[in-house]
Amino acid sequence: MAYLDHAATTPMLPAALDAYATAARAIGNPSSLHAAGRSARRMVEESRERIAAVIGARPSEVIFTGGGTEADNLATKGVFWARRDADPGRRRVVVSAVEHHAVLDAVGWLGRHEGAEVTYLPVDGTGRVDPAGFAELVRAHGDETAVVSVQWANNEVGTVQPIAELAALAAGAGIPFHTDAVQAVGQVPVDFAGSGVAALTLTGHKLGGPVGVGALVLGRDVACTPLLHGGGQERDVRSGTLDTPGVVAFAVAVETTVRAREQYAERVAALRDELVRRVLAAVPDAIHNGDAEHRLPGNAHFSFPGCEGDALLLLLDAKGIYCSTGSACSAGVAQPSHVLLAMGADDARARSSLRFSLGHDSTEADLDALLAALPGAVERARRAGAWKTPR
Amino acid sequence: MSGGVDSAVAAARAKDAGHDVTGVHLALARNPQTYRTGARGCCTLEDSRDARRAADVIGIPFYVWDMADEFHASVVDDFVDEYAAGRTPNPCLRCNEKIKFAAVLDRAVALGFDAVVTGHHARLGADGLLRRSVDLAKDQSYVLAVLTRAQLDRAVFPLGDSTKERVRAEAAERGLAVADKPDSHDICFIADGDTRGFLEGRLGSAPGDIVDGRTGARLGTHNGAYGYTIGQRKGLNLRVPAEDGRPRYVLSITPVTNTVTVGPREDLEVDTVTATRPIWHEASASVRCDVQLRAHGEVVPASVTVAAGELTARLETPARGVAAGQAIVAYRPDPGGDIVLGSATITAGTRESAHA
Ligand SMILES: Cc1ncc(COP(=O)(O)O)c(C=O)c1O
Repeated sequence: MAYLDHAATTPMLPAALDAYATAARAIGNPSSLHAAGRSARRMVEESRERIAAVIGARPSEVIFTGGGTEADNLATKGVFWARRDADPGRRRVVVSAVEHHAVLDAVGWLGRHEGAEVTYLPVDGTGRVDPAGFAELVRAHGDETAVVSVQWANNEVGTVQPIAELAALAAGAGIPFHTDAVQAVGQVPVDFAGSGVAALTLTGHKLGGPVGVGALVLGRDVACTPLLHGGGQERDVRSGTLDTPGVVAFAVAVETTVRAREQYAERVAALRDELVRRVLAAVPDAIHNGDAEHRLPGNAHFSFPGCEGDALLLLLDAKGIYCSTGSACSAGVAQPSHVLLAMGADDARARSSLRFSLGHDSTEADLDALLAALPGAVERARRAGAWKTPR
Repeated sequence: MSGGVDSAVAAARAKDAGHDVTGVHLALARNPQTYRTGARGCCTLEDSRDARRAADVIGIPFYVWDMADEFHASVVDDFVDEYAAGRTPNPCLRCNEKIKFAAVLDRAVALGFDAVVTGHHARLGADGLLRRSVDLAKDQSYVLAVLTRAQLDRAVFPLGDSTKERVRAEAAERGLAVADKPDSHDICFIADGDTRGFLEGRLGSAPGDIVDGRTGARLGTHNGAYGYTIGQRKGLNLRVPAEDGRPRYVLSITPVTNTVTVGPREDLEVDTVTATRPIWHEASASVRCDVQLRAHGEVVPASVTVAAGELTARLETPARGVAAGQAIVAYRPDPGGDIVLGSATITAGTRESAHA
């Protein structure tokens, strides 16, 4: 078995799991006033402080959510609503063309139902947004722009964006800038205050914490209309009883991965480079997608000409090699990746891609297993590639 | 795996038999929302989830294969074209011929699989002969008879020895939630079951005459000859009643003149059927056997001859409602399940002997 899908979800760290189990044995709603509640509250607030400390934010800026998707929706919709309500002339939403669906579909919905005008920032062949193009857009449409969202790093091809540069341009025009840093935290240096962004998304299950808990780091002065109304537990921007054990384990995971980031990144990037080398040696016409320099350490992403990514996935799965064709699709029907298409790939190349993503427990043995299975799978998938031709 | 009970049990049985089984659900709708929603039929997102859940319970990998383009070209467009040409197609048969045992099978073989297993009710045993299911009411050999020897050699039908009732009971025993999901009956790509409306949307309205087959008299008008099927009685809305007051039936459809010809029931009777594109498994090209002329239709004894790419059947008792485009399937009666000898696509039904 070789698990090469850490970008989809990565195993929980033992320390996070232990912290979860300990917290889950205790009773107490952090909103309760009695001793049990106070004890839960203390765990939550300590967790908030631990996360804030390692990502360069103030504790009050950390808003716990039910994961990355919720945080992305809250940032894009919530900031849009607040800014539009303050000035009806601000209806424009600017996002990169390679956002995760949690951002892309949220702003698509704003366009269809809330009168938002969505502008998609193009990317180059490696998946990077051009700051000059963004500067142009800010000059032309800054006044009418409600919110901007550009991911810190891409979940498919691993390309890291020039976030500080983009955020500075937005800040100069007074536009709140959100970044989805789900794939970035623990992989590349992420500093909320230092980057100048107004809002930042992170999630537990991509960095060794539990699924279903994440955070939106939201600057104190950024107005944001809630998605969820109720008890107002999180700064009145997010309601719902906090998941104390989830939050505690999340904080342990964030703290651990961010502190260990440098050694981790060095080791995993070396392993990744070896993976890329070996894959290109075994399948010489494979194309390695993405940016060589601005890239997540654990990400390798290829197009295998003549193959359906779908077919490769099935064949590798049968050999115990777990990887991904890009973003999973709810109906299970493989769509050509919008990320690859935005990078200028044609339909066939987009459909022929596969992502291998490494994590903290990846080893050389995973590479050996992959390379033992890959050449045969590619050959088979190529033969199966002809199936689309009409009879 | 359609998301229904039959394919789920078929997959489970194939796995129990020791095969290395992978579940595949076919996404056939270009836009799943336009196809039938709800528990019946196929191709909805809900069906896909049901199929995946069944695969999980059985413990096999599961994938969705997008065959929407192939399905559209080979089945949906063909369905429309056939009606436009005055014939009556069978889309389930076409789907077996062009999708399940062609596009899917080819892809599967290329990926290293040996065969396609389906939940069809038909028997295909070690002797390689295709036979009717033990459950005659659910038998689907008629829509499988179009398969060639090569296709049959890579097909597995694990349900042919079981009644539908038994299959449902087994699904429940296996903990498959689809056990009591209703059967699908209608055409999966026609969301509301309104075939005429679907065809009108595709072909537009094309008004023409309804004429009497014996006198040639114009009895009424129609909005499109494609909306009629040979043998149809209801929905003719004729202004002029028949002289004898008896009901009239659609006898033929002539696309060239856009006419629908009607007449009394006995004029529907044919005793000779010619058919094209034969698939013939029998050594002898001339046999006495039973023939079936439409899905779930009656079976009549006949002498069948296959020659020069044509199949001719002389029926020993006349049959009614024989429509071009449907399949004629030849069976040899057998205690182990009637054996499919071959099939072909009907081009014409004629009356050679005088009316009794
Ligand atoms: C870039 C990115 N954003 C958002 C998400 C969604 O996060 P979650 O799974 O916590 O809802 C993911 C992961 O699926 C992701 O990779």
